[in-house]
Amino acid sequence: MSAPAVLEETAAESAGSLTVVKARHPGRWIAGVVVAVLLAMAVNALVTNPAWDWPVVGAYLFHPSVLHAVLFTVELTALGIVLGFLLGTVLALMRLSRVPLLASAAWGYVWLFRSVPLILQLLFWYNLAALYKQISFGVPFGPAFFSVDSMDLIGPVTAAALGLALHQAAYAAEIVRGGFLSVDPGQLEAAAALGIPRARQIFRIQLPQAMRSIVPAAGNEIIGLVKGTSVVYIMALPELFYQVQVIYNRNGRVIAMLLVAAIWYLVLTTVLSGVQHYVERRFGRGLARALSPTPAQRVRRILSVRRAARRQRPAWGGGERR
Amino acid sequence: MSTPMVDVHGVHKSYGSLEVLRGVDLKVQPGEVTVIIGPSGSGKSTLLRSINHLEKIDRGYVAIDGEFVGYRRSGDRLYELRERDILRRRTQIGFVFQNFHLFPHLTVRENVTEAPVSAQGRPRDEVEALTTELLEQVGLSGKADAYPRQLSGGQQQRVAIARALALRPKVVLFDEPTSALDPELVGEVLEVMQALARGGTTMIVVTHEIGFAREVADTVVFMDAGQIVEHGPPGQVLDRPGHDRTRAFLSKVL
Repeated sequence: MSAPAVLEETAAESAGSLTVVKARHPGRWIAGVVVAVLLAMAVNALVTNPAWDWPVVGAYLFHPSVLHAVLFTVELTALGIVLGFLLGTVLALMRLSRVPLLASAAWGYVWLFRSVPLILQLLFWYNLAALYKQISFGVPFGPAFFSVDSMDLIGPVTAAALGLALHQAAYAAEIVRGGFLSVDPGQLEAAAALGIPRARQIFRIQLPQAMRSIVPAAGNEIIGLVKGTSVVYIMALPELFYQVQVIYNRNGRVIAMLLVAAIWYLVLTTVLSGVQHYVERRFGRGLARALSPTPAQRVRRILSVRRAARRQRPAWGGGERR
Repeated sequence: MSTPMVDVHGVHKSYGSLEVLRGVDLKVQPGEVTVIIGPSGSGKSTLLRSINHLEKIDRGYVAIDGEFVGYRRSGDRLYELRERDILRRRTQIGFVFQNFHLFPHLTVRENVTEAPVSAQGRPRDEVEALTTELLEQVGLSGKADAYPRQLSGGQQQRVAIARALALRPKVVLFDEPTSALDPELVGEVLEVMQALARGGTTMIVVTHEIGFAREVADTVVFMDAGQIVEHGPPGQVLDRPGHDRTRAFLSKVL
């Protein structure tokens, strides 16, 4: 039997300069070509078919009425998320508290507002004035100091924001509670052993660590709510989806106007995803040994590696590894 | 005799039907180092956690420097304190956990300064200066701005010790401080503890490091089945134990 080839010392090896030939991956190339062709077909179908009405899309994309609608959608989302998560955090803390009545009240809230469809809840708020003509402020079951007409207090915009926020709070409560439960109980024990006051334990020790699991789920919720605001069109409020409907009912360019709305929803969610990435990085401090690079850093790194590789191709191949 | 720094008297504690502490009495004088040894499940950790009221005891009392930890005495009644007051009294007791439990999202410096500022309301300048001093004392001057995950286990435990000392506690409790460490890192933590002991810190240490007990302890306590079987100077308990159970345990660990 002959000695294995690898054990034979060649001149090149003794010189310490074996050349590495990279493995070939024909399957990857074929798959890449197939996907590229499919993509080209899709782009072609979008661009060349006149039924998409691209000129109309262009004309309405930055139309003032559309921009106003986008702004209103952003406002509704912001209100829904901020109020929703504030109330949700309170509900989560109630749920985790040692007082049984608080815990069950929070459970009941989540049960109710998660079970009834959002669209129904919105209609209830919208019609609140029909249920309760007056809203009074005063001693419970006692005399009222002053009262206002429900109609004045809760207009359609308030009803929409309230409906979204209250619905969102039920989901936010569960997300925040899950975040708190994900924190190692030892952390709380250490905080208690150090005598750190209870509120400080929650906001300085627990919450920042809980944020690690809250943020990705909250990001989902925010993006969901951006699109979820479109259900308030049933209250005839001029958010994005309602506005494009108004326009296409007038000009008949249904597809083009739907495309305008779709593009704006894409823009909003893309911006939010970017923000989410940076927020996650912020709360990832200290939890990984090194922070993951931002998208901008990643692009810069890829470019610099390419450039370096072009400048010199080392014998061991692979370029720089970092 | 003067008031003991730690006075554990007739302490009973059960988890459901399981009796973990069955009448424990222990006195620790100021500046004294007490090492508690014993088989696992003997109630050592529970005793330690009862001392700073992380575990509520069923009977008996624990006093630190003459003051009850979780209760207020009026006549012959003990009133349970509210959580806020318990937390305040706890700052007199340092506690070092087996698994460090450093706050991972705070830097080493922030870990140490947090409790003295937020729990004791001491001025930040004073605490910052003390932190610098303490980190030097545990040999981690250069690591003030590092996050706990960037440190080795031994370094993390030394930060945890600095964090406990920053409260300027009357007594420091160590719950198996080296059990979660790689063997080569145990020494650096024990060295810091030994230096503390020499400096006159009152300490109660639950550990399996018999060598540490022999060298550093003023009193060694052997616990088994929720009771203190015997206690005395290390030379007596470790070398001439008076009980069979102590002898049996020592023959296994030595």
